[in-house]
Amino acid sequence: MALLDVEELSVTFARRNQRPVRAVDGVSFSVDAGEVVGLVGESGCGKSVTSLAIMGLLPKQPGLTVGGKAVFDGTDLLKIDDRSRRDIRGRDIAMIFQDPLSSLNPVVPIGIQVTEVLTRHRGMKGEAAAKEAAQLLDRVGIPDPKRRLKEYPHQLSGGMRQRALIAMAVACQPRLLIADEPTTALDVTIQAQILELLKDLVRDSGTALVMITHDLGVVAGMCDTINVLYGGRVVETARRRPLFRQPRHPYTVGLLGSVPRLDAGRGERLNPIPGSVRDLLPWPDGCAFAPRCTRRIDSCVGEPPALVVTHDSRGYRCVNPAPLPGAPGEEVREVVPGSATPGSVPAQAVPDDPPAVPGLAATPSEEDVA
Amino acid sequence: MIRFIVRRLLQLIPTLFGLSILLFIWLRRLPGGPETAILGERGTPEMRAAIRQNLGLDEPILIQYGRFIRRMVRLDLGTSISTKREVTTEFLQRFPGTVELTITAMVIAIGIGIPLGYLAARRRGRFLDHASVGGSLIGICIPVFFLAYILKAIFSENLGWFPSSGRQDPTLGATRITNFFVLDGLMTREWDAAADAIWHLVLPGMALASIPLAIIVRITRASVLEVLNEDFVRTAEAKGLTENVVRRRHVLRNAMLPVATSIGLLTGGLLSGAVLTETVFAFSGIGAFLADSISQRDYPVLMGFIMIIAVVYVLVNLIVDLSYSLIDPRVRVR
Ligand SMILES: Nc1ncnc2c1ncn2[C@@H]1O[C@H](COP(=O)(O)OP(=O)(O)O)[C@@H](O)[C@H]1O
Ligand code: SF4
Ligand SMILES: [Mg+2]
Repeated sequence: MALLDVEELSVTFARRNQRPVRAVDGVSFSVDAGEVVGLVGESGCGKSVTSLAIMGLLPKQPGLTVGGKAVFDGTDLLKIDDRSRRDIRGRDIAMIFQDPLSSLNPVVPIGIQVTEVLTRHRGMKGEAAAKEAAQLLDRVGIPDPKRRLKEYPHQLSGGMRQRALIAMAVACQPRLLIADEPTTALDVTIQAQILELLKDLVRDSGTALVMITHDLGVVAGMCDTINVLYGGRVVETARRRPLFRQPRHPYTVGLLGSVPRLDAGRGERLNPIPGSVRDLLPWPDGCAFAPRCTRRIDSCVGEPPALVVTHDSRGYRCVNPAPLPGAPGEEVREVVPGSATPGSVPAQAVPDDPPAVPGLAATPSEEDVA
Repeated sequence: MIRFIVRRLLQLIPTLFGLSILLFIWLRRLPGGPETAILGERGTPEMRAAIRQNLGLDEPILIQYGRFIRRMVRLDLGTSISTKREVTTEFLQRFPGTVELTITAMVIAIGIGIPLGYLAARRRGRFLDHASVGGSLIGICIPVFFLAYILKAIFSENLGWFPSSGRQDPTLGATRITNFFVLDGLMTREWDAAADAIWHLVLPGMALASIPLAIIVRITRASVLEVLNEDFVRTAEAKGLTENVVRRRHVLRNAMLPVATSIGLLTGGLLSGAVLTETVFAFSGIGAFLADSISQRDYPVLMGFIMIIAVVYVLVNLIVDLSYSLIDPRVRVR
């Protein structure tokens, strides 16, 4: 049985006088113990909301509905009470975020931010906790850990901050680590180091990792299984090799086309996907990718495309997938009809950009914070 | 740190110098003078001239100012025209009352304002939130002296729970050491005297607390709402910390930063005297005395008191800045 089984997860934000927004619209994927799973897609496709829903960390705002299941080790995380959830968070499932500076408390020393996890879940205090914290910092490659423990986040470099956050996340040897774009805010050279560190940590400890990124280049080096998201749905699932060799969903094909390749000749142009993430069709009306798809046919529109699961347990949600070159054809195991709840619009706004859906801001405005 | 303090204190010198010039000009441009206050409308021009000469007010203004500065350098603030006592003595006798009143008001404002602002933010949009936001609006709008009258009428005159005037019951015959009546009572172990002094502080303290309380509630609420949305609060939650630790260590500590600044400014403001509140409760602080001194044109008292208050104001803000650097490590005092 999988360590984490996400089934038909959906997250809806209701809005005043407007149709509700479905940020996540029936996402299903699973993570085996020790496996590295990628969640890939352009900005706004629902990656962060998916991970926050699993962790129970979505902002508590009125109008928020979470549906589906997220079964971790036999327990549905969406059904348990707040106390059990707090026991699991940080101990069994840990998470690291995109921006290491804003993710650290600016007025609390790094040491306390590490030891508080040890105190909470491992009952360690005083000297023992401090010693363990120093060892953790050392393990994530922070030099002179004793001194760093006393320092504040602003005294560390960006890479060191993310290392410190990783130290806090692995402090209790969790069985699952969720990393939401852990390198996006960092310099290119530092990015590679942090990815290397994460790879080493999960390999050595047997921790399963959900790697969230908009960059297929990142998952290429580390993920066993990859889920490609579009418009709040998983549109293709495959093991790494088949996905990179023979992508089936036109969106995956497009993403691969826009990954810079080291072996590409000079002057060879990248092929970005035409249009923008904002041009999307609501799933109830057909394939959300249809407005940008070069393989679109008539049957793409009208109803949501079914999920096709093939013999090698790949899956894609497309009625006209890219052909398998020279292959004897595939054996289709299962076709799950695409369903969609009508009456809602998918959300796909780039954060900090004008909202994809008129009237929807990426973050709720605090009109009464004066 | 030491250098920071020394520099701030040195900056005080030009500030005081400029303030003294402005004060001097303002005072001398007030219509009338001490002679009018002393003689009323009846005095003859000769009598007026005699008094002016006696007080040295007939000399050119520059000479008068020079004399004032020379005395200031020796820390001599001169003698009050109306009470004939040293300005310093008057100040030392009255300022402790104002300080006690300010501390009482701020203890009430902080003690209620921070928890209330925090709860309003946590219960955002619910009854307690609306009630405290609305209540703080009333607190800001309602004139303090009006509130003082109401409190006095209800809790003193009607219910008799608190004394209606003064700083202490004179029949107790309490020993005076510092003129901080509460402190004196504690130092001399005259517990009844200390308790009585505190009792006298409650009503004027409540009246005076209304505006700082309202401001602190609003700033705390807004600040907590902002911090609750911060990424590091999400990180703390992701670690599975208990709600208690998340609130205390991660939300409140950060939310207190803007509150601390406002507390410093509000305290400085209260220390310069609460004329109307002190008058309503016949509380002998500097406020009522300053008001009298203006109508008496008591130049030395006005100059001296305002200069000392300016120094106190700067010192209070210096202390706030220093404590700010303790709670926010990103702010380094240099
Ligand atoms: N609190 C919220 N209220 C309303 N809409 C939200 C909220 N948080 C996220 N969304 C919407 O959900 C969609 C998915 O966001 P997100 O998961 O952050 O995307 P990404 O894949 O870039 O991580 C976005 O279009 C965003 O506008
Ligand atoms: S279903 Fe149609 S529109 Fe959607 S990706 Fe496949 S071919 Fe393109
Ligand atoms: Mg994101």
